[in-house]
Amino acid sequence: SQTLTHGPTTPAKTPSTSRSVRTQDFSDRRGNKSTPIQTSRSASRVQLFSPAPSVSPVSGRGEGRRRSGGFGGCASGRQTGPRGAVSEEGVRWDGGGRRSRGVGRIEPVSPPTQVQLNFNNLEDFPPVGAAQSPPVATKPSRRINPTPVSAERPNSKPKSCFISTPLSLPASPPAIPESAGAKLTAGSPHSLQEERELLRKERYVWAVIFSLNNIPVSMMMNLICLLSIYVHADVLEKAYLGNVHNCVYFSVRVLENQFELVSHLDKCTLRLLSENERVGTFSSSLKDHLAQAQENCTAKVLPSPPMFVHSVPFQPATDNRSNFSSDRAFHTFKKQRDVFYGFLREWEDSHKEPGWDFEAALGSRVRMMVSQLTAAGSHSHFARLFQKQLIQMCKGPCVLGSSSDAPDADLLGMLGADSLGRLKRLQQRLVQPQGLIGPCPPPSFPGHQEFFKCFLQTASCCQLNQHLKDGLCQQLLKLDEVSILGPDDEKQRFSSVLLTARLLAKFLGFISFLPYQTSELPSRDIQDTAITLRSKSSPVLDVCAVLRSSVHRRRTILTVPWIVEFLSMLDHIGPLLPFYRTALCLLLQIYKRMLLGRGGELCYMNQLLMVAVLGWLFQIPIFPEDLFFSTDLKEEVKELENITSSQGLDTLPLVDQQLLYTCCPYLGEFRKLLAAFVAGSTSKSGGLIRKITPTSAELRGPSTSRSQQKLQVDLEQAFFHNQPPSLRRTVEFVAERVGSNCVKHIKATLVLELVKGGEKTLRDSLGLEGVNTAKLNDSICAQLCDAGMQALETATRFCSENAPGAVRVLLPLETSPSVLTTAESITTRLATEKACSWLSANITSSGQVQKNCTHKVPLGSEVMIEIKEVLSVAVGPRSEEEAYTVHQIESLLYRVGQTLGCRKKTDYLFLIRQLIERGLLGEEEVGTNWPKLSALSWPEVISKTLRFEAGILTNHFLMAFLVCSCRSL
Amino acid sequence: MDRVRDSSASVAGEAVELVRVCRAEYRAIGRLTERLRPTRQSIRTLQTQFPHLPPSTLLSIFSQEYQKRMKRSMVRHHAPDVVKEYYQRYRSEAKTRPAAPLLLELANQVDLSPALLARLIVECFLEERQASVAASRHVLNNMLREPYLIPDLLLAKHVEQCTVNDCCYGPLVDCIKHAIGLEHEDLLRDKLRERNLSFLDENQLRSKGYDKTPDIILEVPIAVDGHIVHWIESKASFGDDHSHHTYLNEQFWSYCNRFGPGLVIYWYGFISELDCQRDRGILLRDGFPSDIVTLCQGPARSRV
Repeated sequence: SQTLTHGPTTPAKTPSTSRSVRTQDFSDRRGNKSTPIQTSRSASRVQLFSPAPSVSPVSGRGEGRRRSGGFGGCASGRQTGPRGAVSEEGVRWDGGGRRSRGVGRIEPVSPPTQVQLNFNNLEDFPPVGAAQSPPVATKPSRRINPTPVSAERPNSKPKSCFISTPLSLPASPPAIPESAGAKLTAGSPHSLQEERELLRKERYVWAVIFSLNNIPVSMMMNLICLLSIYVHADVLEKAYLGNVHNCVYFSVRVLENQFELVSHLDKCTLRLLSENERVGTFSSSLKDHLAQAQENCTAKVLPSPPMFVHSVPFQPATDNRSNFSSDRAFHTFKKQRDVFYGFLREWEDSHKEPGWDFEAALGSRVRMMVSQLTAAGSHSHFARLFQKQLIQMCKGPCVLGSSSDAPDADLLGMLGADSLGRLKRLQQRLVQPQGLIGPCPPPSFPGHQEFFKCFLQTASCCQLNQHLKDGLCQQLLKLDEVSILGPDDEKQRFSSVLLTARLLAKFLGFISFLPYQTSELPSRDIQDTAITLRSKSSPVLDVCAVLRSSVHRRRTILTVPWIVEFLSMLDHIGPLLPFYRTALCLLLQIYKRMLLGRGGELCYMNQLLMVAVLGWLFQIPIFPEDLFFSTDLKEEVKELENITSSQGLDTLPLVDQQLLYTCCPYLGEFRKLLAAFVAGSTSKSGGLIRKITPTSAELRGPSTSRSQQKLQVDLEQAFFHNQPPSLRRTVEFVAERVGSNCVKHIKATLVLELVKGGEKTLRDSLGLEGVNTAKLNDSICAQLCDAGMQALETATRFCSENAPGAVRVLLPLETSPSVLTTAESITTRLATEKACSWLSANITSSGQVQKNCTHKVPLGSEVMIEIKEVLSVAVGPRSEEEAYTVHQIESLLYRVGQTLGCRKKTDYLFLIRQLIERGLLGEEEVGTNWPKLSALSWPEVISKTLRFEAGILTNHFLMAFLVCSCRSL
Repeated sequence: MDRVRDSSASVAGEAVELVRVCRAEYRAIGRLTERLRPTRQSIRTLQTQFPHLPPSTLLSIFSQEYQKRMKRSMVRHHAPDVVKEYYQRYRSEAKTRPAAPLLLELANQVDLSPALLARLIVECFLEERQASVAASRHVLNNMLREPYLIPDLLLAKHVEQCTVNDCCYGPLVDCIKHAIGLEHEDLLRDKLRERNLSFLDENQLRSKGYDKTPDIILEVPIAVDGHIVHWIESKASFGDDHSHHTYLNEQFWSYCNRFGPGLVIYWYGFISELDCQRDRGILLRDGFPSDIVTLCQGPARSRV
């Protein structure tokens, strides 16, 4: 039915066939004669957000489909299916009587308009549940659980989402009297009063469900469902709540009750919501609150990073020859590194082309490369490169291929709801084919992650995988242990650590469970065999221990999100293994024990992140449904929590909106939904993508050279210990910079003078007869050493002049004077140390004293080109007009001399020796003139010593000069 | 001579000429060079045709095109019977008119580079004299470099004529090219020092055990035209399709893979269409960039 297409047809994981069967079953059991209209079985949630322009009256009357289709697809037939326990709760609403009353007439969707609402008007607010058939249910609670169907989900198995409160928990608040249900049973038109009451209770149920949050249901999913009710109220009106006004009223009230949660959504969502006229019509206070929340929303969006391949830097310490067993291994790896990046570029260029296939395009080459690595035994090197490159490219949110049109993230928000035309155009630009992924997308490898995943699949190399597993485990555990002291300074670091850990965990999970992946759910027998078999070997990573320790030490905000990623990669059998079952149970219990808002505003975002990622895990196909009812480990977690340390990451407000959205891109569905509403989108792909840029800046504490005076160091450490960590980083940072500037300053001033002075000494001494060069060298070095000492003094002065001021500016004004003074002096000392260590390493041993030569002379190659041309004319053949005058030749010779005079350009002594050997320079002349040679200009030298008759230039000389130049260069 | 000096103005870095050569123009130059011989006259012909391009650029393009041409016909000229025939022809001509530029003429007739022909002929000459033993490379190279080492003085003269007149091949050209390469690396270092940009050069990198070494690695990356630059490679030649793709595969991508984005300076220009990997980390320039942005400039300036 058309109605159906407006909502997600079915829970995410339910392929069309199984679902239709179940639905059929459902309606049949209820004795419903009409056949469910099975449209868009495989449709994804996209439809949830596409308001239907027209609805066929016939299909609109499709019996039994109302509930699932109409209500934005939130409720679904699977409620009945395998879980009899909860089936009856849905049924009450499905009597279909409303329809027979004719209230549910289908109308074309009209654009939202401002209406004058008369709450007493039965047309506007028809009674809910009027003329219903006798209800079965006694509880008025219902849950709405949309999950997207996604055709491209390889792991999906027929499975419905979990939808209900564990029976042991009080799902319906005591405030809802049984009479609520009883009233509905009356089957007669309710009074308006009753109607309002009912709606009030309905949303109250929702609100309580949300806030109690003791149900392992994706809260986010419920919320999105709610929004879709709200947005699609027009379409849904007949389906459930009677009419558009009831729908909106219901949604708005729930939003009001859940305002805290809503207020933590991104600014753009808030804006879209607050500008939605329906909100204003039904609740001006909600509108005001939203507007206010929007102002308070401080999430900053950082500029997106450039999107070219960031390579892993070559580090001599780990990458040079000494790290390889043989020359061959070294050179093989050198080649393989480039080959790997070649694949990466090829993939970037072509993977989006239709018909491109990783295996077909790169398969054999990838395997060839891997086999060469095997032959050379370089897998550990490659695994490290692979892992680093993975982190480099994939840590942040995926923005592959969209860098050029990356919009200002708040552009949409700035435009607001009124700029419809512009928004539509913008949408055209921003919309991606799979723009809408639904609130619970299956695990995926977005962006460049796909390359790495395909590479591993294609390479299918056990050596590589083993090395990778080793490396990933090691780094994950290292990241998990990272110490983060306070929220102010460490938020970014936390974000970076968390994102990295999630990425690595996903790949560790991928590699670990890759051998067991099957496309189909194995039969029960195979399952049992596999469970017995696999229970014997130890898992790649003891996630249970890591989890327990994280609860105990209150570090779940870091550990849980990455363990969720790891476990999301489980194969079909994996969750059935006792070990992973335990891990999943632990997560479930952690979730159940968590109450949103319990920790106060401080950690609300932390909790929101945990709720979102856990809710997601529980909704993906791999999660075994029966676990929801398990109370295993309940006591254990309780105990663990009771004996926790008082301090831990969980008590620090580390998660901000940006991190939340980066980890849970599906939260963006809210905004897309609202934006689609604003745009009145009819586009199938409809939906707007907002880029969330990662906070990836990692402050690296510069290493400072440590003083030998251990006591001083110890005192220093003690000083920093009780100060905020930013102080230490500021000091180290300033010291490093001031030290470096000092070096630059000395290079630019003192060193230059030294060089000039040294060179003068050299020149003067060479002018004296019988100079002992060794002695000369020594004396120059001695001079340099003196000057070096002078440089050290200069450095000390420079640092003590500059460092304190810099520190003072960077530290908070409120810093106490003594702390400030200490920080200043430490900075000065560190800076001085740095500068002096450079000076002593470079000045005294410097062999790179530059000669005092401005080099403003013809280049060797120029002179050589000229000479060659002269020679070619001289040797012939030549034309009549090609001739050189004596003047030209002399001018050339002059330039030759100039060039030679600039000793930078040619090896002066070598050239002279060569010329003497060839008999072109008289040895005696050179001998007598030798001490003066360096002082003379070359033209003079040539004229004095060159053995040729004046005016006659022999080719020999020039030829020889050229040849000599060849060798001396 | 003035011509040569003019052309080197850009080399010395005093005047930065913009060498913009689009692919269409490059093809036009290529077509013109198809029939040209590697002589100074040919270079002048090119200059009159493309006066807006620096002579050094034209020479570089011509030289590369000519080398491609020679490589194509290499097999033809190196067949033993062909070589023998060339030598016999030279020998017989040398008897009748020794004063004529015999080898140059022969080279023109068979469309072979004079210097390459000279090499073949001297090789034959040495084989003839030493009968059994193949002439050692070293001896051969020395004779080409200093023709007067050749015992046959007439041959020496003809060989010299070839090596001095060939502007694309021969020991003198090799020597000049080598010098030009070094000079530009030098120039690059000078420019960096002038800008106070600290760097590691090839030798320092090699001593640290780097497996691939660009000419320069900047210790502090800079930005050129909005692109980050970690390394700089100096190429004292014109960047045409063939050489650029070879360099990409053998050098530039490797540098990128290890050191991040960088800059290639083709001092004699390049086909402008080749500068298409900027977003991938390879930026092309035809001279030392004047629009360098360094780390501390931005905020420091705005504060002032």
